[in-house]
Amino acid sequence: MPVLEIENLQTHFRTADGINRAVDGLTLKIEPGQTLAVVGESGCGKSVTAMSVLRLLPDPPGRIAGSIRFMGRDLLAMSEAQMREIRGNEIAMIFQEPMTSLNPVLTVGWQISEAILLHQNLDKAAARSRAVEMLALVGIPEPERRVNDYPHQLSGGMRQRVMIATALACHPKLLIADEPTTALDVTVQAQILDLMRDLKQRVGAAIMLITHDLGVVAEVAEHVVVMYAGRKVEEAPVRELFGNPRHPYTRGLLGAVPRLGSSLNEAASQTRLAEIPGLVMSLKKRIEGCVFAGRCAQATDVCKRVSPALRLAADQHIVACHYVEVEEVRA
Amino acid sequence: MNRAPLLEVRNLTKHFPIQGGILGRSTAKVHAVNRISFAIDRGETVAIVGESGCGKSTVGKAILRLFDLTDGEVLLDGQRIDNLPTRTLRPLRRKVQVVFQDPFSSLNPRLRVRDILAEPIRNFGLATSARDLEKRLAALMEKVRLPVDSLGRWPHEFSGGQRQRIGIARALAAEPDLIICDEAVSALDVSVKAQIVNLLQDLQRDLGLALLFISHDLAIVEHIAQRIVVMYLGRIVEQADKRALFLSPSHPYTEALLSAVPVPDPTVVSRRIILNGDVPSPVKLPPGCFFHTRCPHAVARCRAEAPELLEIAPRQFSACHLRPAMALHAA
Repeated sequence: MPVLEIENLQTHFRTADGINRAVDGLTLKIEPGQTLAVVGESGCGKSVTAMSVLRLLPDPPGRIAGSIRFMGRDLLAMSEAQMREIRGNEIAMIFQEPMTSLNPVLTVGWQISEAILLHQNLDKAAARSRAVEMLALVGIPEPERRVNDYPHQLSGGMRQRVMIATALACHPKLLIADEPTTALDVTVQAQILDLMRDLKQRVGAAIMLITHDLGVVAEVAEHVVVMYAGRKVEEAPVRELFGNPRHPYTRGLLGAVPRLGSSLNEAASQTRLAEIPGLVMSLKKRIEGCVFAGRCAQATDVCKRVSPALRLAADQHIVACHYVEVEEVRA
Repeated sequence: MNRAPLLEVRNLTKHFPIQGGILGRSTAKVHAVNRISFAIDRGETVAIVGESGCGKSTVGKAILRLFDLTDGEVLLDGQRIDNLPTRTLRPLRRKVQVVFQDPFSSLNPRLRVRDILAEPIRNFGLATSARDLEKRLAALMEKVRLPVDSLGRWPHEFSGGQRQRIGIARALAAEPDLIICDEAVSALDVSVKAQIVNLLQDLQRDLGLALLFISHDLAIVEHIAQRIVVMYLGRIVEQADKRALFLSPSHPYTEALLSAVPVPDPTVVSRRIILNGDVPSPVKLPPGCFFHTRCPHAVARCRAEAPELLEIAPRQFSACHLRPAMALHAA
């Protein structure tokens, strides 16, 4: 049974000037122990998807429709009390900004223990020793002393380690990490990515990694969903997606990323990056055709009129484009 | 022709006092930048790279004379500008312009695009007539590839990438010789980032501009710069031409920084140098080499004696005891 199954998720926001279709018909699933990356640019709906799973969006203005099943249970049908049993316990979340997502007036030990006391049948002393254990697990030196520290006494990288310790404290089955390394410096990011890979093997939780950074995706994820304007445009195992991208948007995105070493071998001193022309269109208008048609070099009449269905292009490789050949399916 | 470089920085030092106590006396100093020197030729792109707090933005601000230096000199076309009185400096400010990181906070929301761009033109008396001003405004919009008829619009009507184009147009309006780009593309999405990087390269080629590109993103830096300055804790640890720096980095910090960049290719096995710990505080600098607390190769000498920046290969300078200087090689 998949850990998470999202079917036709529609998260819409009512705003003063119309309905914003932040997520518009998203389907995905995550198997136990799998790391799934949801990748896309600002406004593609990747964070809203995470917030929808945890039902952290206020209604109104947010409105969630479709189905979200966690370990076979329908999250959208649950009461608020049932959801509280799940949040921070069976599904935990790591946020992007470790400075603003920790409470500045509580010690880190208190913040890790809070989730343990709420969800597990442990007394204060046991919760505290579990907190120390968790700090050691995420590689914080002298955890017995650090457990009494306040967030401001820790560096950015250490704070993100505390966030991860808090998230893992109750042994969640699903960990949602929303841009976990975006706010960090590159050498600290390397430490955290290393830690996440290590913990994945030791803890065994399924991970939903939300990011815009294709470098991070390539390093950590096993399976990738590419989102654009609230919809899934492509999905594939990570090697297949990077080695054989099918959707023009995915190709554009991969071409637009500068790679270390790519400009060193050229005879010309400067090479050009492939750019995707134009801007993401407004999500407030109902989009009839393909969401990417306005920026796509290959777009034709049919792209502007008919929304392309998600089709299987190769084993486990799904793409929404009228012009991707699908003959080779199960060849 | 003038043989002096367009811009030269000699022993630039900037310390910020920390005020404390009820008397507001200075109790300590943040050693933001410590005796750094480099030069930029006409039409050249020099990048300063480093992590948060390494002093790279302080260097940019010091060149712009947004504050006075603690020590050192800044020369523009061979003329010292760091000690000029404001009145004499004012006309020279035209030659060095800046593009900031955040396109949302660096444009005045109460000015139309027309007025944002006209301000530097009026300030420096560049337009000969009202007609000339109009012509200049239209030409600027064309240069940054924005529609001329959007001159009457407000900043909030534009996307992040478009606003950054307006920021670039504003810098160009003064007809500068040098533009300082302080993390100018860091806040942008991948596909938009590629557009702006390409635009900067085109403008540089067409107008013969020099760029000082301050960034933490090594892949972008490799793409755009000819010469690179690597900073750590307010000091230059390495300075070299692009190919030398990326193909044969000489300082252990440069090596670690390069290896930390996530590679957008899942088939690449990462050979990563993970640095332990965090950057030390610039208030209490470590003795000896500033990098010794995290350096995997540090020996006793590194903890006691600060290394000088020495030429270890033609045009490649490194501040490390473990890399013998060129003179020693020859001996």
